[in-house]
Amino acid sequence: MNETAVKRPVTPGVRLGHASFVWRPWMVLVTLLLAAAAFLVFCLSIGTGDFPIGLPQVIATLFGQGERVDEFVIMDLRLPRALAGLVVGIALGVSGAITQSIARNPLASPDVLGITGGASAVAVFLVTVSGGAAAAIVDSVGLSAAALAGGLGTGLLVYFLAWRRGIDGLRLILIGISVSAVTEAITIWLLVTADIRDVARAQAWLVGSLDDRSWGEVWVALWCALALMAVVSCVAFQLRPLHFGDEVAAGLGVRYSMVRAVLLLCAVLLAGVAVSAAGPVPFVALVAPQVAMRLSRYPTPPLVASGLVGALLLIGADLVARTALPVSLPVGVVTAAIGGPFLVYLLVRANLKK
Amino acid sequence: MSTTLEKRPTSEVTGVHRRRVAGLGALSVVLLVAGAVSLAVGARGLSLAEVWQGLFPEPGSDQRLTEIALIVQTVRVPRTVLAIVAGVALGVSGALIQGYTRNPIADTGLLGVNSGASFAVVSVILLFGLANPYQYVWFAFLGAAAAGAVVFGLASIGRGAGSPLTLALAGQGVAVFLAAMTTAVALSDQASLNALRFWNAGTVAGVGFDVIRPVAAFVVAGLLLALTTLPAINLLNLGDDVARGLGVNITRTRTVGIVAITLLAGATTAACGPIAFLGLMVAHVARYLTGPDYRWLVPCAGLLGAVILLVCDIVGRVVTRPGELQAGVVVAVVGAPFFAALVWRGKFKTV
Repeated sequence: MNETAVKRPVTPGVRLGHASFVWRPWMVLVTLLLAAAAFLVFCLSIGTGDFPIGLPQVIATLFGQGERVDEFVIMDLRLPRALAGLVVGIALGVSGAITQSIARNPLASPDVLGITGGASAVAVFLVTVSGGAAAAIVDSVGLSAAALAGGLGTGLLVYFLAWRRGIDGLRLILIGISVSAVTEAITIWLLVTADIRDVARAQAWLVGSLDDRSWGEVWVALWCALALMAVVSCVAFQLRPLHFGDEVAAGLGVRYSMVRAVLLLCAVLLAGVAVSAAGPVPFVALVAPQVAMRLSRYPTPPLVASGLVGALLLIGADLVARTALPVSLPVGVVTAAIGGPFLVYLLVRANLKK
Repeated sequence: MSTTLEKRPTSEVTGVHRRRVAGLGALSVVLLVAGAVSLAVGARGLSLAEVWQGLFPEPGSDQRLTEIALIVQTVRVPRTVLAIVAGVALGVSGALIQGYTRNPIADTGLLGVNSGASFAVVSVILLFGLANPYQYVWFAFLGAAAAGAVVFGLASIGRGAGSPLTLALAGQGVAVFLAAMTTAVALSDQASLNALRFWNAGTVAGVGFDVIRPVAAFVVAGLLLALTTLPAINLLNLGDDVARGLGVNITRTRTVGIVAITLLAGATTAACGPIAFLGLMVAHVARYLTGPDYRWLVPCAGLLGAVILLVCDIVGRVVTRPGELQAGVVVAVVGAPFFAALVWRGKFKTV
C-alpha cells in the first residue's frame, strides 16, 4: 500500500460534545439562501391580493408591530393560506426526500406508497356517491379528514403487505405501486359511473388546492407536521448509512429495520397531513428532493433543503395561480407547470456541464 | 480446467433454455384458449361451434346465423384482435423501458406517451369539438409521439446523453407537466372532462378494423425495431462503459429503443386509452420467469401482456352484467393483488 495514495478528507469535521458532523459550506449556504427565498415568497404571498400590502409592513405585522388594518387582513385572511402552503410544501418535500432515500430510487415519491391514491379514492367516493351515509360522513368529519384516513389506511396497508421479516426497498415500492393501481382504478371507475357535475367537483379536489383554508385546519396540520419533524430530526442522521446497503449500515451501528420503519412511518404521516390540508398536490414530493439535491451538490436528497424547496415551490405556485393567470387554477396544476420544466432544466444543465 | 467445471454450466444452461422454451409454448397455448373464449363470451354467450359458423358463414344460411356472424365479425373479432395487439405492445414496451432506464419502477407512462395522448385528446375536443373516438385517435397518436420525442430529446441534450437516470426524471417531469395541462383544460371545459374520464379508463372495446389496422402496423414496426436492439440491451445493462468497450453504439441503440417504445405505447394508447400498470407488472413477471436475458424476457413479456389484457377484458365483460368494466380498470383490480402476491413470495431482482 502506498502511503501517499491515502487522501485526507477534503471537508473538515466539526465536533460538539458527543455529536460530530462534516462542515459543508456550500450546503449550508444553499440551505440558508433557500430559507431566505422561502421566507420572501411567503411574505410576498401574504402581501398580494385585492388589498395589497407592502413587504416591510407584512414583515412588521408578522412580528406583531403592524397597523390594525394590516393585522386584520394578514392574521385573519391571508396568513392561514400562506401557512398552509408552507406546511404542506415542507411536509411533501421532506416526505419525498425520505422515501427517495430509503428506496434508493429517484422515482419513489410518497404517491407511490399509496397515500395519495387511497386519499383520492375515498374523497371521490364521498363526492360522487351522494346521499345517505356518505353525505353524513362528509358533514360530520369533513372531506379532508376522511381523505386523510383513507390515505393513512392505504399507506399502512402497503407497509404491512410489504413486511416480510423486515422491509425491503424494492418490495415496498412494487407493493405500493400495485396498491396505488387498485385505488386509482377504483377512482377511475367511480368517475366513469358518476354524474358529470360530481365529476367536476371530484376533479377539482383531485388536483389539490389551497383555497379557503381556515385557522382550525392550519393548526392541526402545523402541529402534526412539527411533531413529525421532531421525530424525523432525531432519527435522520442515521439515514445516510442506509445508502450503502444494510450490511454496511449495520456495521456502522445503525439499527436499520428500526430506522427505516420509523422514517417511513413519518414520511407516510407527513404526506397524509399534506393531502388532508391541500388535497393530493402532485409532483412536489418528487421534484423538491431532486432539485434540492442538485442545488446543494449533495449525493443524496438533503432533508432540510428538500423541505424548503417544497415550500418555495408550493407557495410560489399558489402566488402564480392567484395573480399571474387570467383564469383561476388549482395550485396543483401550477406546481406541475413550474416544477416539471425546472427539473428538466436542471437535468439538461447538468448534462451540458459534464 | 477440470471437466466438472465445464460440464455443470452447460447442463444448467440447457435446463434454463428448456424452461424458457416450455414457458413460451405454454403462454402461446394459453393465449389461443383465451382468444377462443374471448370470441365466445359476451352480452350474448355463443358456443364455439356458433363462433366458427359466425367466422366462416356458409352462403344461404338462416337469419339467426347471420346475426351471429354480425356479432362475431364486427364486435368480438376486432375486440379480441385489439386486446392481443395492445397487450403484446404494452408488455414489450414495459420490458424495454425498464431495460433502457435500468429502473425497476419505470413504466411506459414515464416517457410521457400516455399524458401526451391525453393532452392531445382534450385539446382537440376543446378546440374543434370532436366527439367521436375515430376522429381523435390520430391526434392521440400524434400527442403520444410528440411527448416521447420531447422527453427523449431533452434527456439526450449534452454529454452523458440519455443516461437512464436523466431519461427517467425528464420523462416524469414532462409527463406530470402534460397531465397538469390536461387537467387545466378539462376543468375549464365540461365536454373535455366528460370525454377524458372515459378515455382515461382504457378499453379495447368499440373500435373497428379501420382503426386497428394502422395501429397494428405501428405496433409491428415497433416490434421489429425492438427485436433488433435486444442483444444490445443485455450489454447496456452491464453499464455504459462496459457496453461501449464491447462495441455497442450506445446513442444509436438508445435512440432505436426509444423510437420502438414510443411506437408501441403510443399506438396502443391512441387506440385504447392509457392502460396503466400492465407494462410494469408484465415486465417483472416475465423477468421472474425467464431471468434477465432480454432476448427471452421481451418475447415472454409480449405474450404475457396479451394473455393478461385478454383475460382482463373477458372478466370485465362477465362480472358486471349487463354493464361492462373497462379492461384498464380490471387490469389494476385483478392484476395488482396477483402481482403483489408474486412480489411478496418471489425474490424480484433489480433490473
